[in-house]
Amino acid sequence: MIDYRLRLKPDYKLIKEFITEGATVLDLGCGDGTLLEALTKDKKVKGIGVDIHPEGLNEAMARGLSVLQLDLNKGLKSFKDKSFDFVVLNMTLQAMWDPLLVIQEMVRVGKAAIVGFPNFGHWQLLFRLLATERMPKTKTLPYDWYNTPNIRLMTINDFKALCSNNGIKIVKDRYLNISGVEIHRPFIRWRAAEGIFLLTQK
Amino acid sequence: MIFHALSGDSHVSGEGGWWSKLVGQGKAFDTDRYCVICANTLGGCSGSTGPKDLNFPIITIKDMVAAQVPLLDHLGIKQLVAVAGGSMGGMMALQFSVDYPGRSQNIIAIAFNEVGRRAIINDPEEGLAIARMIGHITYLSEVSLTNKFGRKIKEGALASQKFGDPLFEVESYLKYKGVGFTKRFDANSYLYITKAIDLFDITNDLSRGEGRFLVVHFTSDWLFPEYQALDIVDRLKNSAKNVSYRVIESSAGHDAFLLEEEKLGGAIKSFLAGAKS
Repeated sequence: MIDYRLRLKPDYKLIKEFITEGATVLDLGCGDGTLLEALTKDKKVKGIGVDIHPEGLNEAMARGLSVLQLDLNKGLKSFKDKSFDFVVLNMTLQAMWDPLLVIQEMVRVGKAAIVGFPNFGHWQLLFRLLATERMPKTKTLPYDWYNTPNIRLMTINDFKALCSNNGIKIVKDRYLNISGVEIHRPFIRWRAAEGIFLLTQK
Repeated sequence: MIFHALSGDSHVSGEGGWWSKLVGQGKAFDTDRYCVICANTLGGCSGSTGPKDLNFPIITIKDMVAAQVPLLDHLGIKQLVAVAGGSMGGMMALQFSVDYPGRSQNIIAIAFNEVGRRAIINDPEEGLAIARMIGHITYLSEVSLTNKFGRKIKEGALASQKFGDPLFEVESYLKYKGVGFTKRFDANSYLYITKAIDLFDITNDLSRGEGRFLVVHFTSDWLFPEYQALDIVDRLKNSAKNVSYRVIESSAGHDAFLLEEEKLGGAIKSFLAGAKS
């Protein structure tokens, strides 16, 4: 069964382009395994999914995927250095208690890491924050401040600074606007709704 | 093929079956889809070869598994969809994967353990009851014991009793469990099987195993803490096995594998659904 919805999802298209055919992939925050299954079919990857929530994991196992129920906030202790070609974390970093630890673990365990996250510096969010003085809500960030799982909201500039201050190299970066269309310079930090980064250890 | 635990037997499903909640029509091990086999284990006292006294040779988990393979041969079964078990049964499932690689497509190992044994050697009757009492506490969890008994005192106990008689409800319950166990289980079998459990160490052989693995851990398990489960998962993962690891929230302790049918059943059912047909 091919999930066409995912195929059409623009961020999946970018992640897929970063990943090489037949690679080994560790998918963090794998949920029901949609991404990993698609990569298994489209890129012949050999992968393991990790998630803490039991809901999606049953579905992932029913797809025949290998999934581990682990808490990412505790790091990836049991994974050896460079034991995967790619470690993927899509739209999950902003929900981590310790995002820096997670990124450092990703570039340790993976030869490369792929991180996608929603940009809190998008002009509409900035504008709404300025105009209403309330925490803004969007399609990708639909919660109120008091019930959001997205506890670590960041901008693209925040993320870049975090990487450069911690010895993490940004190899490639690509951006999507609010409609999921890839965008290029200028003013990406205001126009991008989502950024997807390919990272390695310096 | 399902392997039973220390005090279990071949009566896995149906009326009074020890795993009826998970084995049957439409259940996790769906008997409409799968043919389920469960045999009495070697060394037990429910119908297989077992010890009459302490002159019986020491047996291992490996022996117990080997003793069941001729049954598969006899039935003409070349490959199983899955081997599965909880506690000692989980150890047997892993041992099967190592000793008969490829003979089972899937391996389900749930909360495997280690149990005390010493008391029985001195006094089989009394000792077995004590061992079971200790065992029973570790099978439960603090939460489930507290919910069940707290510090409730047995009715009338303070007024009448001698010092040695049970005073708290929990004592009385454990004594009942212990004595009840001596009626249905043989002390020699208990000794030999717990010895086999104590001798079990598969950590360095796991790379030989073949198939898809599911390892399940219960959050309140005193007998089998999470780091042990994770160690097994790591070894399987590092030898490039398809392994899934699930943690099931439960306040029932080690015995959760007999009780948490909804969560455990859901995980097993999904895992089996992902098997290549």
